[in-house]
Amino acid sequence: MRATLNQKSTDEVTVNTLIGSINRVLRKIDLPPLLLAPLLMLIGFVAIGSVSTWVTLTVAGLAMGMIIFIIASGLTLIFGLMDVFNFAHGLFIAIGAFVAVTVLGALPQWSQAHNLGLNLAAFGVAALAAMLVAGAAGVVFERLLIRGVYGQHLKQILITMGGMVVGQELIKMLWGPQQMALPLPTTLGGSYVWGDVAIEKYRLLAMAVGLIVFICVIVVLNRTKVGLLIRAGVQNLDMVESLGYRIRRLFIGVFAAGSALAGLGGVMWGLYQQTVTPQMGTQVNVLIFMVIIMGGLGSISGSFVGAILIGLMANYTGFLLPKVALFSNILLMMAILLWRPQGLYPLADR
Amino acid sequence: MITRLLSGDLPRSRILAALLIMIVLTLACAPFLFPGAKALNVAAKILIFIVLVASYDLLLGFTGIVSFAHTMFFGIGAYGVAIACSNLGPTWGALLAGIGLAVLLSTVLSVVIALFSLRVRAIFYSMITLAVAFAFQTLASQMSSLTGGEDGLNFSLPDVLSPSYQLFERPLFGVAVDGKLITYYLVFGVTVLLFLCMLRIVNSAFGRVLQAIRENVFRAEAIGYNTVVFRTAANLLSAIFATLAGVLLALWLRYNSADTSLSFEIMIDILLIVVIGGMGTLYGAICGATIFILAQSYLEDLMARGANATQDIPVLSTLLSPDRWLLWMGVLFVLSVYFLPAGIVGKLRMSKR
Repeated sequence: MRATLNQKSTDEVTVNTLIGSINRVLRKIDLPPLLLAPLLMLIGFVAIGSVSTWVTLTVAGLAMGMIIFIIASGLTLIFGLMDVFNFAHGLFIAIGAFVAVTVLGALPQWSQAHNLGLNLAAFGVAALAAMLVAGAAGVVFERLLIRGVYGQHLKQILITMGGMVVGQELIKMLWGPQQMALPLPTTLGGSYVWGDVAIEKYRLLAMAVGLIVFICVIVVLNRTKVGLLIRAGVQNLDMVESLGYRIRRLFIGVFAAGSALAGLGGVMWGLYQQTVTPQMGTQVNVLIFMVIIMGGLGSISGSFVGAILIGLMANYTGFLLPKVALFSNILLMMAILLWRPQGLYPLADR
Repeated sequence: MITRLLSGDLPRSRILAALLIMIVLTLACAPFLFPGAKALNVAAKILIFIVLVASYDLLLGFTGIVSFAHTMFFGIGAYGVAIACSNLGPTWGALLAGIGLAVLLSTVLSVVIALFSLRVRAIFYSMITLAVAFAFQTLASQMSSLTGGEDGLNFSLPDVLSPSYQLFERPLFGVAVDGKLITYYLVFGVTVLLFLCMLRIVNSAFGRVLQAIRENVFRAEAIGYNTVVFRTAANLLSAIFATLAGVLLALWLRYNSADTSLSFEIMIDILLIVVIGGMGTLYGAICGATIFILAQSYLEDLMARGANATQDIPVLSTLLSPDRWLLWMGVLFVLSVYFLPAGIVGKLRMSKR
């Protein structure tokens, strides 16, 4: 064996190992689901027929998809690790958005200045505050409500629905029941125009934030000890526990992180819609559930692909056939489930 | 006789029996006991919700599936009557055609949703029904040429059921016997009939299989029951009863819009009523609907008084503000899930032993 290796030139060996590692990575990546988004873009291009409209809609779809991904990533992690259906995830979206209303309202000199740096700082502070408050609310929620119903799906659905009703009423108590405006910081509004193509600046920011969150979550899950424990927990909870790790502490951490991500997503979604209501979470919930079902419950990359697909589909059909926009997403979900009944990237056997 | 009517499923608790008799008698005599439009509206709403909630209990309490598309079927029933009567004119034929088409649509939709989501993975069911219900609601408010959009549809019913119709020239016991009164008793009669029918279903062999599935899916499957078929059938029955409840709503209001029959708030109300009243008991629907609708209609007045009385205490007065009645219902709901898994009815039945 060694003799044959020595006969080959070192270059050949390097090339061989390189090809080998690329092959290994390719084998690890399940390609077909990744091709769905480009395919959908192509179909959209043919159906729409105008380049400038298509570019605008595609950017809008990608931005919407990224925001949905931010929210869905938290929920899919909570489900994957803790096996909890959190129907109250939308509550944390609303909490995040309302915190942003308060913070941006309290910092008018930053958010209304004609200065990109100050505007971004205002956005950053609002996002951070929203994540902190939503995360803290998540810890309280986990302790008070979810703790007693681990492993009981029916009760989880009921209890989280009840928690959402109570939470929405509390939001109404604190901020009032009416719809509130959440204007964009000055320089984040408006759009860049190239020829016929207009791209809203905020959508670019949304895409950037979404990508950062995606990379952060992937890095934390794949390169840190906590991430290793979470991935191990998703696969086999009892084994992790029997190795001496405190599962409950991990649960609280993941629940808080998931809620914080929902809070961040709430800020993004509120700025995208420019208005917030106490019930906004319920509407977003519908999209998120479709995303995590499509992606495979518990899978981060699956929900990333699913969110992009939902965002693109919503924008294309919103332009072509506005009345059936939501139905087209349901059809998309059904088609994907018929192809892969466990979702795009199925995880553990649950 | 009574045992046969109730399909052998007696209240099994003296307090519960007394409570049920009181509610049924009060509802039966409501037009004569409480004259006035508001009281009669509340009574009719209680009746309609009894059917709606009992049909949901068939699914949640007896089969153990959480659906969020129940208001969709409720809305289909209401829209069926509304669209048929406003397009074909106020005749009995139009009414029957509307009901028939609505039941047909509910049948198809419920079977498709159930087969699809239950076959793929039972736990997807709640999420998928939520999405479908939202899509349906959007569709209903968008197709304004058919459904009247956000404004809804006003329509008239066959002569006998319209308020201007007088059966007797002179009032009976001081109450005018008009179309409204006849409609009320029609709603009452149909409610009693449908409730007894559902009681019959859950106490049949079929109902026992549903409960077996609720308790342990794998065991039920191992005994040899095809759980997908039984769950789909439960879904179908529950959808049809919900559609009929929607028909009653349209008959009573002579108006329908997305807000009155399709909104997600109604779905939450149904969920709260089932759990507070008692899952898997059917009688819970009667107790729960009565308490909840009464609270919804009259608790606000009471809380307004409480808020006035505690005006000087800042937090307490906000908590008691009449707009916050749903907060207390939500808290009660969460407490019932934790401490009263079988709701009020279950508690009353327990205390007997």
